[in-house]
Amino acid sequence: MSADPFLADPFVEPRAINGRAPDVFKPGAWLEMSQYDDNDEVDFVVVGTGAGGGPLIARLAEQGFSVVGFDAGAYFRPLEDFASDEIEQQKLYWLDERIIDGANPIRMGGKNSGKAVGGSTVHFAMVSLRFRPEWFKSRSQLGYGADWPLDWREMWDYYRRAEKALSISGPVNYPWGPHRPRYPYRAHELNGAAEILARGAEAMGYKWTATPLATVSAPHGDSPPCVYRGFCRFGCSTNAKQSQLVTFIPRGIAAGAEIRDLAMVGRIDTGPDGRATGVHYHRQGRWRFQKARNIIVAGYAIETPRLLLASANDRYPDGLANSSGLVGKNLMTQANQAVFGVMDQEVRWNKGPPSLSITEHWNYNDNKDFHGGYCWMAQGPLPVEWASIVTGSRKRWGAPLREEMMRYNHQVGLKMVGEMLPDERNRVTLTDEVDQYGLRIPRITYSWGENDKALIQHALGEMHRSMELVGAKDIFRQEDDTNHLAGTAKMGSDARDSVVNADCRSWDIPNLWICDGSIFPTTGGVNPSLTITAISLRTADRIKALANRGEL
Amino acid sequence: MTDRFPGYDVLAKRRTPSWNEPTRQVVNRRLAVPREPRFLTSDLFVVLDAVCQRIVPQPKDRPPVPLAALVDTKLFTNLQDGFRYAEMPDQGEAWRRGLAALDEAANTHYQLGFAKLGGEQQDDVLRRMESGELAGGALGDMPAKLFFEHRVVLDIVTFYYANPTAWSEMGYGGPASPRGYVRIGLDRRDPWEAAEAYEGDDAKARRENGFVG
Ligand SMILES: Cc1cc2nc3c(=O)[nH]c(=O)nc-3n(C[C@H](O)[C@H](O)[C@H](O)COP(=O)(O)OP(=O)(O)OC[C@H]3O[C@@H](n4cnc5c(N)ncnc54)[C@H](O)[C@@H]3O)c2cc1C
Ligand code: SF4
Repeated sequence: MSADPFLADPFVEPRAINGRAPDVFKPGAWLEMSQYDDNDEVDFVVVGTGAGGGPLIARLAEQGFSVVGFDAGAYFRPLEDFASDEIEQQKLYWLDERIIDGANPIRMGGKNSGKAVGGSTVHFAMVSLRFRPEWFKSRSQLGYGADWPLDWREMWDYYRRAEKALSISGPVNYPWGPHRPRYPYRAHELNGAAEILARGAEAMGYKWTATPLATVSAPHGDSPPCVYRGFCRFGCSTNAKQSQLVTFIPRGIAAGAEIRDLAMVGRIDTGPDGRATGVHYHRQGRWRFQKARNIIVAGYAIETPRLLLASANDRYPDGLANSSGLVGKNLMTQANQAVFGVMDQEVRWNKGPPSLSITEHWNYNDNKDFHGGYCWMAQGPLPVEWASIVTGSRKRWGAPLREEMMRYNHQVGLKMVGEMLPDERNRVTLTDEVDQYGLRIPRITYSWGENDKALIQHALGEMHRSMELVGAKDIFRQEDDTNHLAGTAKMGSDARDSVVNADCRSWDIPNLWICDGSIFPTTGGVNPSLTITAISLRTADRIKALANRGEL
Repeated sequence: MTDRFPGYDVLAKRRTPSWNEPTRQVVNRRLAVPREPRFLTSDLFVVLDAVCQRIVPQPKDRPPVPLAALVDTKLFTNLQDGFRYAEMPDQGEAWRRGLAALDEAANTHYQLGFAKLGGEQQDDVLRRMESGELAGGALGDMPAKLFFEHRVVLDIVTFYYANPTAWSEMGYGGPASPRGYVRIGLDRRDPWEAAEAYEGDDAKARRENGFVG
């Protein structure tokens, strides 16, 4: 990759090496870091350093375990490495080839997968929402999907801890759901696009609020307040964004964890007793093996099942943790359709984080003829993304495209995050093609169900009405977009129909854990990362409790 | 096409706190991309160049964006998208076949190579590809429609809108780090953003755009 003019130097050599790791807050500075030998049998190997892996790395290290966190991606220094540029910053994404098919293939890459120390949170949009309590029991309480083996009251407590750890900026009173404490930081000011969402919601008689966001509205530690530059989805060059890279990862290193960047885990081995023994990983041009007492996989909904399936051996011919046959199945994405229009006023929607206001009206209202919920948020796509929407949804090219692009500063839009239902036919499998590490490339198969389509149409109609009510002109719909991922290693209370238990421990192999977005039995109608982080914090506590009882 | 942001040049901010050093370097590299093809043959590169001019006809009064060279560089460096439709070959192969197919179709319908056709005729051939009418031949089993939507339009348009010329003509603020924005509400403009010309006040917008920096 070093020869690539679009990508620069964090890819050439690992940065977290020789007992030190980058200090992301100070140009050129380093943090002291523990370093383990491949032959040290560490307490925990964590594969993936994102929303799921990051908090576990920090909390397990803080509880005294020896921990090594692996990430295939680079260790960025945001202050030095991040340009304000949509193409250059693709270096944050998982761009390795994946084959997509099905009736509604999911476009991968920047829309849904990160590859960096900090995972997808390095370029996520920071929207930090709690599930509606009933979603943890959607089968028994709402009649669809599956029940989680978790209690929402316990989750409410872990959400609070996650919000504190990430210094979430949000409103004093959140309009939906059971009481939650006020957010640690004050809500951000609304930008033009967010004001328009609010006007539209009010005209419809729906509540709205400033969106709880993981970017600070006042200084926190070494993070300065957000400067409203609006490149959040391309990496925050100021460190205002509370990604894993600037929160839990440095905490983990301070507590004695080791991070290995540019380290791709290709296989997990198991021993004669059936327990996992360590991981094969590729770093600095060669394959190595790290011994471990426990392995936690946190590579997100494509890479997690890919690794488990690729680790098949004589004892586990269908892949690890797969006695239920569910590894790779029930992949879920979220509906991310949008309605756009043009205002007379100058909106300049690129200023500030993209989703400064939200309405969760249809997450908490069950008066509808389909299952699941959705919310919608204000939008602010930058020029390259906006051009791809205009070409994709309106089939514009040539002079009409340029003409339309010149209305950019007047453009406004609403974008949904909608719940899609689990379906075993939506899945991740392995192809026979291999990638640059010689590992089999995943195939991702996805088709929307009837319920998904009904939910999308309902949302498009509602967002369209809202745009009309604010006086937007030349309204059009973006019908095909999807974003976040979930599922493929489902959590449950029965080994026959789930992969892990409530503690994210696999049913089949007691020292193999999975803790990331892939354990979701259902995906809810909000962005997933806060829920992943809350579960990760809970899992760390559960591991400690089990260890105390000698049950690891 | 009328200039809605007369006198606005996003590059005037290059030396201001809106551009950090990594951004300056990235944009410099992009503007300095080698103009000769490194991945495509020169024959196919000529077709690509002609296609680029139809997909994004460029403004006459701003520096031209070397679109064909940027697309060729993407293929040369194999900067991937992160996914591939099961029915599509990899991007380099897709472009090779697709460009050859456009040339083929131009010959079938107009007895001339694609690059030699007039603009209207080129658009006609492109529309045949867009509608999926073209099939077989150089395309092989690659679906024309998917190639058009996913490769032709996206690759070319992406590179156009990643350039100062495009940012300036659309009145976009461009890079913004470490200086972001202060006035973010409706109808508010920071002095370092483009001023739009509304009916008859061209001169006012031009004057304000002269202060952008
Ligand atoms: C553009 C974008 C915007 C988003 N916006 C929001 C938002 O506003 N709010 C929200 O809640 N969510 C958002 N998300 C989703 C959120 O970022 C993810 O749901 C969340 O980060 C997933 O957490 P994870 O731990 O499962 O995986 P990730 O955070 O993706 O972390 C997985 C990590 O594992 C590494 N990895 C994978 N396999 C291996 C391997 N074999 N060896 C070594 N390393 C490996 C990867 O490199 C990656 O760094 C957004 C996502 C994207 C892409
Ligand atoms: S708008 Fe705020 S959070 Fe987003 S990139 Fe800029 S400073 Fe970071």
